[in-house]
Amino acid sequence: MLRYIIRRLMISIPLLILASFLCFALTTAMGDPLGEWKLQKPRTPAEISAAYERTGYNKPFLERYGSWAGDFVTGDWGESVVPGNAGRDVKTDIGKAFVVTFRLVILAEIIALLLGMLVGVIGAVRQYSLFDYTATGISFAMFSMPLFCVALILKTGGISLNNWLESIGADRWIITAGPPGDGFKGGFGEQFFQYTGAYILPTISLVVIQFALYSRFQRASMLDTLNADYVRTAQAKGISEARSIFRHAFRNALIPIVTVSSLNFGATIGGAVITETVFGWSGMGKFLVDAITKLEPFQVLGFMMVTAVFIIVFNLIADVLYAFMDPRIRLD
Amino acid sequence: MTDLTSPVAPPPTAPTTADKSQFDSSSARKQWQVIARRFLRHRAAVIGVVIFVILVLFAFLGSAFWQYSYTDLGFTRYENPTANHPFGTDRLGADMVAQIIRGTQFSLQIALVVAFLSTLIGVVLGALAGYKGGWVDTAISRFIDLLLVIPGFIIAAVLVRNSFVATATGGGSSNWLVVALYLGLIGWLSIARVIRGMVLSLREKEFVEAARALGASTSRIIFRHILPNTVDVIIVNATLAVAQAVLLEAALSFIGLGVHSPDTSLGLMISLNKNELNLHPWLFLIPFVFIVLISLSVNFIGDGLRDAFDPRQKRVKA
Amino acid sequence: MSELDVMDAPESAGSSSSSEKLLTVQNLSVDFPTDDGVVHAVRNVSFTLAPGEVLGVVGESGSGKSVSSMAIMGLLPKTANVTGSIKFKDHELVGRDYKQMMPVRGNNISMIFQDPMTSLNPVYTVGWQLAEAYKAHHDVSKKAAWAKAVDSLELVGIPQPDRRAAQYPHEFSGGMRQRVMIAMAIINDPDVIVADEPTTALDVTVQAQILDTLLRIRDETNAGIIVITHDLGVVAGMVDRVQVMYGGTVVEQGGVDEVFEAQRMPYTVGLLGSIPNPSLLGKRLTPIKGAPPSLMNLPSGCAFSPRCPLAIDECRETEPELLETDRAGHFSRCHRTAHLATLVDPQKLFATDEIGVVENPASLTVANPDIPIVEDVDVVEARMQEEEENPTS
Repeated sequence: MLRYIIRRLMISIPLLILASFLCFALTTAMGDPLGEWKLQKPRTPAEISAAYERTGYNKPFLERYGSWAGDFVTGDWGESVVPGNAGRDVKTDIGKAFVVTFRLVILAEIIALLLGMLVGVIGAVRQYSLFDYTATGISFAMFSMPLFCVALILKTGGISLNNWLESIGADRWIITAGPPGDGFKGGFGEQFFQYTGAYILPTISLVVIQFALYSRFQRASMLDTLNADYVRTAQAKGISEARSIFRHAFRNALIPIVTVSSLNFGATIGGAVITETVFGWSGMGKFLVDAITKLEPFQVLGFMMVTAVFIIVFNLIADVLYAFMDPRIRLD
Repeated sequence: MTDLTSPVAPPPTAPTTADKSQFDSSSARKQWQVIARRFLRHRAAVIGVVIFVILVLFAFLGSAFWQYSYTDLGFTRYENPTANHPFGTDRLGADMVAQIIRGTQFSLQIALVVAFLSTLIGVVLGALAGYKGGWVDTAISRFIDLLLVIPGFIIAAVLVRNSFVATATGGGSSNWLVVALYLGLIGWLSIARVIRGMVLSLREKEFVEAARALGASTSRIIFRHILPNTVDVIIVNATLAVAQAVLLEAALSFIGLGVHSPDTSLGLMISLNKNELNLHPWLFLIPFVFIVLISLSVNFIGDGLRDAFDPRQKRVKA
Repeated sequence: MSELDVMDAPESAGSSSSSEKLLTVQNLSVDFPTDDGVVHAVRNVSFTLAPGEVLGVVGESGSGKSVSSMAIMGLLPKTANVTGSIKFKDHELVGRDYKQMMPVRGNNISMIFQDPMTSLNPVYTVGWQLAEAYKAHHDVSKKAAWAKAVDSLELVGIPQPDRRAAQYPHEFSGGMRQRVMIAMAIINDPDVIVADEPTTALDVTVQAQILDTLLRIRDETNAGIIVITHDLGVVAGMVDRVQVMYGGTVVEQGGVDEVFEAQRMPYTVGLLGSIPNPSLLGKRLTPIKGAPPSLMNLPSGCAFSPRCPLAIDECRETEPELLETDRAGHFSRCHRTAHLATLVDPQKLFATDEIGVVENPASLTVANPDIPIVEDVDVVEARMQEEEENPTS
């Protein structure tokens, strides 16, 4: 197993190098960083050439790639280069943003996964019951809603709730503009109040869609395993129905969902984009949207590389977990 | 392997005269009828079809029948829904029904193009990789692995940004097709993998060997023998891709990296009206309802198709 | 004492009188309501099983043999409608819910399923699964259950049982896996073992071993065994009594030699006649024309009448009862059974015109039916030498 992990990590390196090349190409395809700046008002040739010097876009593609890649692996991730926005170190910004996003996403994922598994299992065991139809219907509906709509509706609801709380003399609870940059203050109770107020709506937004996915998936794989021959064998041995469902069917249904959720988690960074935009969190999502909107190449590159590493790591985790749970798979 | 005869699918009835051949070609026709019948039994799927058809008619033919056009701007602004303007008017004084017709039209257009493109590319590349094997398979698979490392949503956003730069000075060029193309270019990865897997296993089946032995060419084998067995999966996947594309495009437009004027889409409309929920909720809610309707109906259809092709029932051997 | 307690493990197996039947099935019927109609999978099936007896249940796919065995175990889906009576030693099993069947399953009556590849849970070791079977009915420690598991593996002839018990099912071959299934079935010393097509998924050489194992267990424990199969060779080799099923019901029943020698129902005639036989080299096979009936739209009267060469109007109108024939202990469900008894060569009933006009390819080989089938190598070599020296053609 250890050998396999090491081997995978070794393979990841050329993969990352290729990915970096691809990212660089994509960033270049994004457009000239100074494209819009030049059109804002007439610029002097001196200004233009100075600005280009800063972005490095006056050099050919491969040379730019080489210098960026070289800097990147030594820890220099560049800085923002578009005039008016320039000078911010990419690595520092991403570091801060990452922490914010990670806290949000991991909480939401765990809740969505546990809830989804529970509902999926019950739905499969009690197939076609009222619970199943209701759960399926709700999952369908959630699945069909754009995340940003859900988030916006929740946000509006949150504001209304705040207004109502204020009207009855209580404090406003829901914080719809992101957690305070320097952490929460006050006693434990106060902190808890603020913490939940800030986290609850974005978490619910993220959970809603992920939950729908996981519960549908779990239900489908449970249905498969519930009908499996080995469950019939287990029941023929005289064990209880509950035991045959959980120890036999569920244990096998767990395998695909563990894999799927690991893979999904790696890509959830993308989902955070919407939520953060709606709720004003200064996380990776907002960072990216700003970076793309402002045509900042190094910021976009930094983001993409971090995401790539994340995804590769979680792909590896998914495979390892899969082998761990299914004795038929032996990695070596 | 023993035949598992499910009590649900009736085996052929015993022929009354000993001469009726069991290899009637009408049995092939009957398979599609069986599938269609199973689909129609899904109430949700049938409702989905009805809703979707209504939406399509509304989007593409609505403007011909509706009294106002989306360019009519003379009405009182922010009017609540009335008989004259069933969906109200927006902040520029345009009739919302006309706007919604147009928005739905664009959303559907984009989604259909995206689904078509990603399915086409995915099936072709997946089948190629699965059937040819060797370096073709390796190249395509590694390429897919590479592309999967970066979330497609972000790739699309980055690429679409380029189509904006030229329009920063105002005025605008239509970019819905560009958005659709980019989304299609990133959406083929999962279907390609699925098809590749299916083709890989189908390739080993005896009927392919038999076809080869009879001298069939590679393309004939792929198109006449292997792909028909994947049609179920392709259709289901394509259908679900439509629903996914609607949501994806809406998300892109929301963060400002999707379609922009002169084009529009339901997602863009919601995005532009995102602050209106308190005072003029219909401006947000009506496009929202329409997006959900499109997505729901297509998801129901996809689910119904999936069940029609491969029903999950408890089978009992006889 | 609750009903459940009455069904305890039969350590007293030896003390029950041999005339007491283990299993008495009377008028068992199973219906499945489906969207397209009601499927009558099992219709009026009755039979008994005595201790130490091996009953063979034969039939094609769709004849109802598997469903009836699942009915005995109570493992049919909840939508199934089971009527009639299944009595295990005077305890009625029909109508019991899952909890009430639990003490019986794997303990008094156990089942061996057809496909050993999928019948074992891939994520648990074999020993774990066997121990689970034991612990389901005995309150013992894990260690004790594991020891019992290893024991049962040894009983079914698996070498190095202690090592093998710690392995996963995918590390076993097909034949070994089926042995594990047998071990699981016997670990609690059941009175009745139902083996549903135990050898269908296995190689021919392994089949013999598996059947031998089952017979050995029968000898040692005096359990009654029901073997469900469509393979008449299996039936001939190990069964005491045979029961032929068609269209969801029993059409012939009797001692195995009886039924093989003197069939009293045309379906059985056709069944036995359709087996390829080396002594018929060069001759045509005689299948039964037509196909088995749909269990949803059964023909009126006898289920076999559309394909039966002896069918008369009465056959198509009323379904016959299962009655004793002219030979004792031999039952058949046929109006024409008396007439069949008079036929000298009943196989001829099914002789048909050739399917298509292709020459029988077997006739192209020069076959000499007088050559014995099994010979010593030296004899063959001598003959070959002789032919070489004196070429005949």
